[in-house]
Amino acid sequence: MKKQILALFMTAVMAGSLTACGSSAADATTAAATEAATTAAETTEAATTAADTAAQSKEETTAEESKAADSGAAGGVLVMATNAEFPPYEYHDGGEIVGIDVEVAGAIAEKLGMTLEIEDIAFDSIIPELQSGKADIGAAGMTVSEDRLKNVDFSDTYTTASQVIIVKEDSDITGPDDLAGKYIGVQLGTTGDIYASDYEAEGSTIERYNKGFEAVQAMLQGKIDAVVIDVEPAKVFVSQNEGIKILDEALTVEEYAIAVKKGNTELLEKINKALGELKESGELQAIIDKYISAE
Amino acid sequence: MIDKFSADFYQNFIEDDRWKYIVDGLGNTIKITFFAVLVGILLGFLVAVVRSTYEKTGKLKLLDLLCKVYLTVIRGTPVLIQLMIIYFVVFGSVRIDKVLVSVLAFGINSGAYVAEIFRSGIMSIDNGQFEAGRSLGFSYPQTMFYIIMPQAFKNVLPALGNEFIVLLKETSVAGYIAVQDLTKGADIIRSRTYSAFMPLMAAAVIYLVMVMIFTYFVQRLERRLRNSDH
Repeated sequence: MKKQILALFMTAVMAGSLTACGSSAADATTAAATEAATTAAETTEAATTAADTAAQSKEETTAEESKAADSGAAGGVLVMATNAEFPPYEYHDGGEIVGIDVEVAGAIAEKLGMTLEIEDIAFDSIIPELQSGKADIGAAGMTVSEDRLKNVDFSDTYTTASQVIIVKEDSDITGPDDLAGKYIGVQLGTTGDIYASDYEAEGSTIERYNKGFEAVQAMLQGKIDAVVIDVEPAKVFVSQNEGIKILDEALTVEEYAIAVKKGNTELLEKINKALGELKESGELQAIIDKYISAE
Repeated sequence: MIDKFSADFYQNFIEDDRWKYIVDGLGNTIKITFFAVLVGILLGFLVAVVRSTYEKTGKLKLLDLLCKVYLTVIRGTPVLIQLMIIYFVVFGSVRIDKVLVSVLAFGINSGAYVAEIFRSGIMSIDNGQFEAGRSLGFSYPQTMFYIIMPQAFKNVLPALGNEFIVLLKETSVAGYIAVQDLTKGADIIRSRTYSAFMPLMAAAVIYLVMVMIFTYFVQRLERRLRNSDH
């Protein structure tokens, strides 16, 4: 008897866990849950409760999913996924996440009459978060690229940035051409990583660190020759460390935009409209100037 | 369904030769694990001999104290912190092969656990065996190596196999110092294709298969050693 109850409970739990796999699995789950419930009714009440709980939790998940899949922002809360290790676009400051992206997203949310909620996750998890509907927008100094456009839609650009090369002051690297055959440090998954990886074909070794500052630290310790990273964080790194400089010739120049789930044009249009208003009123420039000292 | 699966497979492994990240990473993972196991066995063996000699005879007091400090520190701190300390602090200003750093970090870490496994094996052998050896004219080291160790090894083999399985999987944090191991390889693909399922599953399956192969050989060795039981 005991074994039967246990087996039923397991079936129910497993059925419940299936719901995470999307809509096609949900049908199978319903069937499994019903089956479990029927069998359970025949045997014990305890098992029925277990099956019920599973069925219930399944319904809740489905409800949540459909809500998120909706316009993505119907609840009055705009969830922004970011990776707050990328000054000055987003970083932790005294227990709070601040930065250009945070303020721009805040201003957009205000225009839309919504409250902004920030989710700080790994950079390479941002797009999966958008795809699964856990977040509405991704604002993390993201560059529009072909690969990313396959997976998400991008808003109009709100600022441009370039990938620059940081080297030690006495380095013999003077431009992108000198990177061939060198040890290049990057932050995993960033645009700098993608572009620097092209040099692998020319004999360079790309060292992919989890954080940008670790790459800079490794260069300061003489472990690598150069760091390829966005210009804004690069300026911060260079101002905080002595003996390193940014090369005048940038590796690439690119445009930053806000990412939304693919096909969510309703939200995208709203964001573009708000961005346009912010650009016109000069608010956008004010936010950028606040974090980046004009040269 | 099948179309999407094969499209995903193509994007994650075939396009831009992304499978190379997994293969290169697997190579590094195997390299790190293999040499870390060797370092771990060597260190663990030495520490276990020192510790059990002290417990049995009261000699080597100073060395025993050193070993105790080693065990306490290594077992008391996370391996990831140890790895980063070795990379960013101990080798703070030199260019050093990161696979070597990983071998050192994981080897030193594993050594602490292996030492305790070996010691438990040595202590598990009845003292009568030891006394018999001595009374037959064996010296202390001879008794250790010819009588105690072979029996102890057989006893600790399952625990030792377990430790190396843990070690193999623990090397997955090596990516923190930008070593491109199997996990990092999957992470790189994930950062390029933005899909989690394929690269993570591939890495998981490869780890699983490696552990299964290893377990098979440990079991065979166990069976071989048990032949002498009858």
